[in-house]
Amino acid sequence: MFQAINNALNLALKSDDTALVFGEDVAFGGVFRCTMGLQSKYGSSRVFNTPLCEQGIVGFGIGAANMGSTSIAEIQFADYIFPAFDQLVNEAAKMRYRSGGQFDCGKLTVRAPCGAVGHGGLYHSQSPEAYFAHTPGLKVVVPRGPVKAKGLLLACIRDPDPCIIFEPKTLYRAAVEEVPVDDFVLPIGKADILLEGDTVTLVGWGTQVHVLLEVAQMAKSKFNISCEVIDLVSILPWDREAVCQSAKKTKRVLIAHEAPLTGGFGAELAAAIQEDCFLHLEAPVVRVTGFDTPFPHVFEPFYLPDKWRCLDAIRNLLDY
Amino acid sequence: MAFNKCVRLFTSSLKTNIYRVSTKTRTTRSHFSAQSLTEGPTFPGAQTTWTEKLEFVSKATYPPIPAYRVMDRNGDVINKSEEPQLDKSFLLKMYKDMRLLNTIDKVLYESQRQGRISFYMTNYGEEAMHIGSAAALTNSDVVFGQYREAGVLVWRGFTLQQFVDQCYGNRDDLGKGRQMPVHYGSRDLNFVTISSPLSTQMPQAVGAAYALKGTGRVVICYYGDGAASEGDAHAAFNFAATLECPVILFCRNNGYAISTPIRDQYRGDGIAARGPGYGINTLRVDGNDVLAVYNATKLAKKYCIEEQKPVVIEALGYRLGHHSTSDDSTAYRSQEEVDTWAASDNPPNKLKLYLMKKGWWSEEEEKKFLQQARKDFMNAFSAGEKKLKPKWTETFEDVYKNMPPHIK
Repeated sequence: MFQAINNALNLALKSDDTALVFGEDVAFGGVFRCTMGLQSKYGSSRVFNTPLCEQGIVGFGIGAANMGSTSIAEIQFADYIFPAFDQLVNEAAKMRYRSGGQFDCGKLTVRAPCGAVGHGGLYHSQSPEAYFAHTPGLKVVVPRGPVKAKGLLLACIRDPDPCIIFEPKTLYRAAVEEVPVDDFVLPIGKADILLEGDTVTLVGWGTQVHVLLEVAQMAKSKFNISCEVIDLVSILPWDREAVCQSAKKTKRVLIAHEAPLTGGFGAELAAAIQEDCFLHLEAPVVRVTGFDTPFPHVFEPFYLPDKWRCLDAIRNLLDY
Repeated sequence: MAFNKCVRLFTSSLKTNIYRVSTKTRTTRSHFSAQSLTEGPTFPGAQTTWTEKLEFVSKATYPPIPAYRVMDRNGDVINKSEEPQLDKSFLLKMYKDMRLLNTIDKVLYESQRQGRISFYMTNYGEEAMHIGSAAALTNSDVVFGQYREAGVLVWRGFTLQQFVDQCYGNRDDLGKGRQMPVHYGSRDLNFVTISSPLSTQMPQAVGAAYALKGTGRVVICYYGDGAASEGDAHAAFNFAATLECPVILFCRNNGYAISTPIRDQYRGDGIAARGPGYGINTLRVDGNDVLAVYNATKLAKKYCIEEQKPVVIEALGYRLGHHSTSDDSTAYRSQEEVDTWAASDNPPNKLKLYLMKKGWWSEEEEKKFLQQARKDFMNAFSAGEKKLKPKWTETFEDVYKNMPPHIK
């Protein structure tokens, strides 16, 4: 997946003279190799290191975007996006609104590696999408693999609003697929139905989508039921229509995400589903998520909403 | 490695007075070679010298950065060679705009006291910082401000009606009534819309300057002495230096951040002393001297364009008004202190004395001008008060460029 991202950045720089790629350690290729070879190709005025300061990176990106430069900022880990929370939430998200449309930083895209990686502990594992989902004015997406990563990243870069793309870092090297070499974008705000089914809807994003696909297979072989698997893709705005349509069909919904339960984005989905599908539901919407604790180091396998926890939740949904 | 190519500075004396260190340069062939006793340190973190004397470097080690001035308190030019050769009409515009700003402040402040607008912040005592700096730039240069820079807009041609419309949030407000009063912005005048969170504009201004590199345009970013304590100020200084951005980081040091005096804000030599710490050329000026502010900003712009690097300017002044209409400043400072400043070192008065000595302004002209200014502003004020608010559907517009389904 890191190669797909590199390819997308290359296309963005090639097709747009104003495009800039910057962040901590991006010049030598990035700690996850996503910006490899870009500086030698496009020069150090377009691909460059910044001082180690996240609020500066995002503030700088907002300003450059405001003057018409396509700004592609990297936050080294999503865990370290919080120093830039003020710039993202109070500034980037509200610039168009508060100026009456006179100014905007729609040309800003922030990339941040997110999610569990096996041994990341508290500060190399977080999934902070729910914090940003509460912020009108931002767009937030999470790709599940190389093709999505390339298409969504290019979509974010060219979208007229500030976007955050959370890249599940465990997929950088693990996820390999055929990626079209041409320039293409994938829609923000649209979910993907990866597997059609009629008994339970499984909703997730990022790495969790792969867990859910495996869970769907297990549910088929163990319980002989067909699950519908939805990759939400876009957290803000999210595809309410696709999710609720599926919920009405299957009448049972499981939402799974790595982030903690309380205040997680699953809560927003569950509330919307019960609102739109109240008379269709055969069981309460269930959420299988990380626990309401910081993300632990040695307990990671126990913490994650893995296939067994999801499968167990499906059995309970069926027995309800 | 870049280090191999870099020029190393070392001192021939061990004096710690950094202003007196004599330097000579030489190139190193390789920093991997064994160090002889005469060789300086080769650490990548700093180009420096050795010392065998253990002593602190402190604020007292070197003198405070002096404040540059052109005029004294009586409006007399101290060193004639420093007097900017500005023509009469330009100087009169500077003066009139300062007084116009006073008029706007007076009416809008009182209108808030009467409950006609919800909030206001005056600019008393800082007129010279606004007008002096704005006059040294052109309207194509981009302004990022904090909130007490309305004079810059006056200079650039923001109309009286536009000031009123924003404070009323009526249907003609460029910001569509969404923000609190004094949060002005104008695309046409390259004045980026003000937001309340302090210092957030600082790294943004640096990014904007990066984007404008090589275009002949510069960015000026205003902030107060309090805002300079925010993390974003540090980010801005450091990014501006390392990424070599043509930005003027203009601090209005007026002595207070709401109630907090500078003693509780910092312990260094003001904001100016931080500039060299980041490797930024720095100027400290008398913020009550419009000619000094003008000269400093002019030089800063020239340097920004020629070198494509940043400049820090610290203008020293005094906040004569309350922090805002929500603040009674006598709760933390004496009226006597305020009155002394207002009487003895008042920016518009200083320029007035300068102009009168040249025979370019008189009490009579002043009276006539103020009457007209007040009349013009009152007309704009009544017109703004009568205008309808924007359509309620504007609540939902501009959150995104295109309205997503969930907002519809």
